[in-house]
Amino acid sequence: MAKRRKKRDLGRIASPVYLTLVLIVLYLPILMVVIYSFNSGRSISAWQGFTTNWYTRLFNNALMGDALRNSLVLAFLSAGFAGVIGTLGAIGLAHGHLRGGGFIESLATLPMMIPELVLGMAYLAVFTAVGFKLGMGALVLTHTTFCVPYVFINVKSRLIGMDPAIEEAARDLGASPMRVLRDITIPLILPAVVSGMMLAVAMSLDDVVISFFVTSAETTTLPLKIYTGLRSGGTPEINALSTLMLAAIFVIVGLSQLLRARSDRKLYASR
Amino acid sequence: MARKGGMRGDARRNAMFVAPMALLAVLLVALPLIYVLGTSLVQTGEDFSLGATFTLDNYKRLLRADYLQVFLNSLQLALLTTLVSLLIGYPFGYCMARAGRRWKALLMMLVIIPFWTSALVRIYGWKILLQANGPINAVLRGLGLIDKNIKFLGSYGSVLLAMVYCMISMMILPCHSAVDKMDFTLVEAARDLGSRPWRAFLDVTLPLTMPGILAGCVLVFVPSVGIFYLSDIMGGGLVLVGNLIRDQLLKVRDWNTGSAMSMVLILITAGVYLVYRKSGGDDLGVF
Repeated sequence: MAKRRKKRDLGRIASPVYLTLVLIVLYLPILMVVIYSFNSGRSISAWQGFTTNWYTRLFNNALMGDALRNSLVLAFLSAGFAGVIGTLGAIGLAHGHLRGGGFIESLATLPMMIPELVLGMAYLAVFTAVGFKLGMGALVLTHTTFCVPYVFINVKSRLIGMDPAIEEAARDLGASPMRVLRDITIPLILPAVVSGMMLAVAMSLDDVVISFFVTSAETTTLPLKIYTGLRSGGTPEINALSTLMLAAIFVIVGLSQLLRARSDRKLYASR
Repeated sequence: MARKGGMRGDARRNAMFVAPMALLAVLLVALPLIYVLGTSLVQTGEDFSLGATFTLDNYKRLLRADYLQVFLNSLQLALLTTLVSLLIGYPFGYCMARAGRRWKALLMMLVIIPFWTSALVRIYGWKILLQANGPINAVLRGLGLIDKNIKFLGSYGSVLLAMVYCMISMMILPCHSAVDKMDFTLVEAARDLGSRPWRAFLDVTLPLTMPGILAGCVLVFVPSVGIFYLSDIMGGGLVLVGNLIRDQLLKVRDWNTGSAMSMVLILITAGVYLVYRKSGGDDLGVF
């Protein structure tokens, strides 16, 4: 018996140690990027002292400003479109009465399963074939396409988890379908819509492969800048840029998780 | 009667709501993929159009020994990535599920955040850590374990590390939810009946959490086959299917062969997914 307890004690220590160890390995590289963005050395090698020089240079670099603006415009437009399209789709398909609905759903969520490279080349091929101009328009279209699944799945699972009695009650009390949608359904799914759109922003801000194929020479995005910078070995400026992107994504994802946790709690409390 | 009319109105409304998504799915998912399929089936140098000559030559050309080797490289790397992710990720998911309620939410957040941050940036972090005069070599030297700096970058191990690092959240999350859902009184029952801990784990916990393990394996394996830029950034010159396809498109400019390669890549990933679903695997949504 004593032996058994001893073993359990060991387990109680081993578990947090293991969790901490893996988490350290998970976050150490991220921390490195941040630390080395303050390194005064010209290359990414050995530490040579603290400076914020690279950030100043970054902010004074017009090309970087362009890339930043492009990335933000792209991310917010795509997430916005995906938010509307994905939410409407989820409302239409949530209860599975529509003929062909399963097929549309599989097709719309397919971009999550296909290698990005294949999708990227397919877009380039089709856009060239039909003479569609590469650049911002193409970027927004393609990013919207791969962002839709994130909103759609998030909202749909929310709709399925919702108590149908709430909508039925409103309808029995004489509310028109549009009224039910506006006053009941949409407020209830709003947190899922917002957290889905935030993930969409994060995905768009992150994308290299698809953007690489459908962008034009004049339109560059932040991840593309980082990618080209990295392939040529990396500079502290790229570190600074990466750090800013990390900060943006941490804030976005953190907010979306908080929002989700809070609304889940509300949903369960209302049951 | 009024109710029935309402239902029909609902159907029309639903169809209207789904229309934009359906349009997007057809124009920007189905159409491009059909175009790639078509391009892979017409003669080299031709575009996919009505007058084109159909042929299977592009696929036959893939049967060259060096191309097959590249596909094998990718499959091998994806398998190893899945295996290592499972060995590290399953215990992590297990410990996470067994942690206290308040810790669980925090741990969840800590696992999800890297999952959504740029793979590129995180791999860059490893590049800094592993470089010849970087922190890891410095620590090893400081401890007196090595005399000369080790060249980590470019080795197969460094590519595998990068892959596992980028994929592991996809393994942790389903494993965690499987362990979380499991009824632990069953393990206690096995223990009370005299089963050793290890035995109880193999006979009870493992089979019960198998759906999570399988889901995690598919979620890691499928994207691993297609990824190409990680090995590029880590260096070392390991050629993967992704590199091959990219070079066919941008260097050789042979779209037909490149398309055929893409179709094979899609078939591999779709095949894995179908086998998984047919054998009763859970639906894989986002987390």
